[in-house]
Amino acid sequence: MEPVFSAPTVDFHAFGPEIVLVVVLGVLLLVDLVFEERARWASSTIAGIGLLAALVPVLTLAIDGGDRTLFGGAYVVDNFALVLKGLFLVAGYVTVLISTDYIGDGDYYEGEYYFMLLSSLLGMTVMASARDLLSIFVALELLSIPAYLLAGWRKRDLRGNEASLKYYLLGVFASAVMLYGMSLVFGVAGSTLLSDVGAAVSRGPRSAPVITVGIVFIVVGFAFKVSAVPFHTWAPDTYEGAPTPITAFLSVASKAAGFVALVQLVFIGFLGRDDVWAPMFWVLAAVTMTVGNLIALRQTNVVRLLAYSSVAQAGFILAPFAVAADIPAARGGVGSATGAVVTYLLIYSAMNLGAFAVVMAVARKTRSGEIASYGGLFQYAPGLTVLMTIFLFALAGIPPLAGWYAKFVVFKSLLDAGTAAAIALAVVGVVNSVIGLFYYASVAREMWMSPVPDGQEVTPVRVPAALGASLALCAAATLAIGVVPNLVARLGNLALFGALP
Amino acid sequence: MDALDDLALTAAVFLPLVGAVVMLLTPRRQETVHKVIALLTTLATFAVGVYVLVRFDYRRADLLQFNVNASWIDVINSRYILGVDGISLPLLILSMFVCVLVVIYSWNHFPEPHNPKAFLLLVLVLETGMNGTFVAQDLILFFVFFEVVLLPMYFMIGVWGGEQRQYAAIKFFLFTLFGSALMILSFLALFFRGGQTFAIQELIAVASDTIPRSTQLLIFGGLFMGFAIKVPMFPFHTWLPDAHTQAPTQGSVILAAILLKLGTYGFVRIAIPILPEAARVWAPWIGGLAVIGIIYGALGCLAQSDMKRLIAFSSVAHMGYVMLGIATLTDFGINAAVFGMVAHGLITGMLFFVAGSVKDRFHTLELSRLGGLLIQAPRMGWILGFCAMASLGLPGLAGFWGEFPAILAAYNPAPGLSRELFRVYMVVAAIGTVFAAGYLLWMLQRAAFGTPTKEFAGHPIPDMRWPEYLAWTPMLLLIVVLGIFPNLLFGLTNRAVDTALAAFGGGG
Repeated sequence: MEPVFSAPTVDFHAFGPEIVLVVVLGVLLLVDLVFEERARWASSTIAGIGLLAALVPVLTLAIDGGDRTLFGGAYVVDNFALVLKGLFLVAGYVTVLISTDYIGDGDYYEGEYYFMLLSSLLGMTVMASARDLLSIFVALELLSIPAYLLAGWRKRDLRGNEASLKYYLLGVFASAVMLYGMSLVFGVAGSTLLSDVGAAVSRGPRSAPVITVGIVFIVVGFAFKVSAVPFHTWAPDTYEGAPTPITAFLSVASKAAGFVALVQLVFIGFLGRDDVWAPMFWVLAAVTMTVGNLIALRQTNVVRLLAYSSVAQAGFILAPFAVAADIPAARGGVGSATGAVVTYLLIYSAMNLGAFAVVMAVARKTRSGEIASYGGLFQYAPGLTVLMTIFLFALAGIPPLAGWYAKFVVFKSLLDAGTAAAIALAVVGVVNSVIGLFYYASVAREMWMSPVPDGQEVTPVRVPAALGASLALCAAATLAIGVVPNLVARLGNLALFGALP
Repeated sequence: MDALDDLALTAAVFLPLVGAVVMLLTPRRQETVHKVIALLTTLATFAVGVYVLVRFDYRRADLLQFNVNASWIDVINSRYILGVDGISLPLLILSMFVCVLVVIYSWNHFPEPHNPKAFLLLVLVLETGMNGTFVAQDLILFFVFFEVVLLPMYFMIGVWGGEQRQYAAIKFFLFTLFGSALMILSFLALFFRGGQTFAIQELIAVASDTIPRSTQLLIFGGLFMGFAIKVPMFPFHTWLPDAHTQAPTQGSVILAAILLKLGTYGFVRIAIPILPEAARVWAPWIGGLAVIGIIYGALGCLAQSDMKRLIAFSSVAHMGYVMLGIATLTDFGINAAVFGMVAHGLITGMLFFVAGSVKDRFHTLELSRLGGLLIQAPRMGWILGFCAMASLGLPGLAGFWGEFPAILAAYNPAPGLSRELFRVYMVVAAIGTVFAAGYLLWMLQRAAFGTPTKEFAGHPIPDMRWPEYLAWTPMLLLIVVLGIFPNLLFGLTNRAVDTALAAFGGGG
């Protein structure tokens, strides 16, 4: 009799980062359980060291080179996956750094907090390798469910509850829509492997409407994740109510994970059906950047401003999707679009995390997130002011700060395509860059040019060491990438190989 | 020596940045230390400039010299290419020169809220951006440097400026950013259509042959927007009077002397040599806007009651002559334009210096409240008079050699351009000079002649102090020297201009 189940051979090296994360998760739980209050301080240290340790197998895998395919193609460790795993782990590490004092001072549940954070990161590292509808879904839930809890971490705060509930309900709804779409696609393809889906989808018009609906549902599901307009409504409330480090985490790592899933789904699974998704992405991109920017103009709270700015930035990241199929092979084909997306994500992470880190450092003193409370910051906290200025203008895309290169690669991929639609999208992007500058500059203006508000003490702001380290990391990355874009351009280009069939 | 030559331009660009980093690490309280660091940095940079001047091969001023070509962003084939020729050298030196004088002038002229550390730091960052723009020979590199000047100038106007500073600062920023966003799209279009390169020299060789004519016209349009806003040409000039009026004196000087030249330089260095055919189509329009700018600027001047605003509008008019010279597409006209850039930099820079010092003493620049400067501070009054004469184009001073040949060049524009049209432009531009004499003399009369107004009659007004002597003397000398020996500059630019115009059969 044939064995019903034969265990697949597992390449444990390929699973290195995930194994390290699981071990650290166990250690965190045990330490919290055994030492209780006495070890509270240790949990952030363990989480931070654990994340750095998880980077080691990423590096060894990168040095080792070569793509590793597991489970019949459902799980692939290639350059694309490694670059993004690295991004998730580093972004997670910075999140731990900015959380340390916030969570420590706030009398929150530290052990559980870092446990959730690392669980979510585990989901993301899995996502980077998932090339199968099911593993993508599992990774998505693994990264989302802890995030729902983290968003409501300030449980006595009404806004925190609202943040968590909104995020949870809309997130689950999006998952349901997406799952339905996946089931339709599976029904046609007869396989959950993305490569099989890709082959089935491009084979011809058989059951085309079903596939169309399936693709639309899946893309809409992820549009929620990456907070693309008109599926963005949860983002500002959730961002404002969640603990600020979690806001930073959601707006960077969680969003990046959504884009990673999109890249894999669209460019491997649905490549043959660009007639369905290309117009969708065009509209999503144009509307997302425009609406995000216009609403950001009216914000008076800096966290909400950054929330809408991150919506607008998502619009820029969506733009290459819209034209990917039109890029001639001589100019890199779909790879040019993937490269633009990955490069943008890498740069965006550094500058956005940095901006949130400054917001947290300032809030430690002013206890406020209102933009007006930033008045005259330059007079008593020149260092933080300069850093915030760097991050804001980087987000606006002013050279020589990193953001210009991110925008540049997006424009380049649009002009790579060279179609009328692509050029129109580029013009929309140009107009939006100018609008974006206006609100980024308005925060800078408040800090540099306005007087200190009444009742505000003007003693220097004390920045805790961990927060300072995260600021230094982000600022160094923002400046270095801006001056020598080769640093990420290489990574962005590396990430193309293997991602495509 | 060759190793030094390779380093020279890199040093010219990044020395100011090194100084800025040193200042960043110095505590804010040590103001004198900051001033000394800034002065030494700008002097060292200027010394590099002198080295370049000495080692420059003047017989081959048409070639790019001191070339550097290193890898930068491989993925998009953009390289770190630097070089100077006869067109960029005078502007590079001007930029270094003005920065030294600005630091000297700043010694006891820090506008509120003081903070010499931040202020001088911004000047140094600005210098990096300006020097870099003049030597960059790769479009992306050019773009980055072109943008680097934005932030420091934004903060200089916004923090140290006058009453309306925030409005003026953001207006300046948004206008320029809009232009440069279109400019970068044009650069990308050149990249895709012109053989996947950003190197200016390579693009000059291939672009006009490989790119379809209609596309060339569009690309030129994008470049035009980017550069014309920076110049600024009518009708994109509205940011300029606000920025100039609100900026602190040093900001106005740098803005007038160098920042505006980034735009005109862009035309001469990038737009015209790469896309000569499109330039020929666009030239009548550029010339038209230029002469409108001349007249509009002059009329604007006559309507001003504020001395600084008046000088700002005169900049619009003067840049109109420069653009008219460029629009003729003849070697005569473009030589005049480059001369005009340098002359306008020196003269208008000086006028802003004087206006700043007047404001320092009277705390107003309202022409109706001023008067009798010659009685209260005779030296400063005479210098104001001298600069006004230079600015209106008196022969024998530098301003003349920028304006007069530009007007003359319009008599006989490049082949393919309508002679009749350009002769009309010539007449209009010539009328503009009369207006120029009108508003400048009017300003001089109101500010310097007559007796002091009642308001200030009893006040002792100190005459020039040593930082003013030190900062102004070199500029005044240069205005005279260039006025008497214009060939110092024409000799340098002529060959390079001929090369830039090679597509027009060596000029008209």
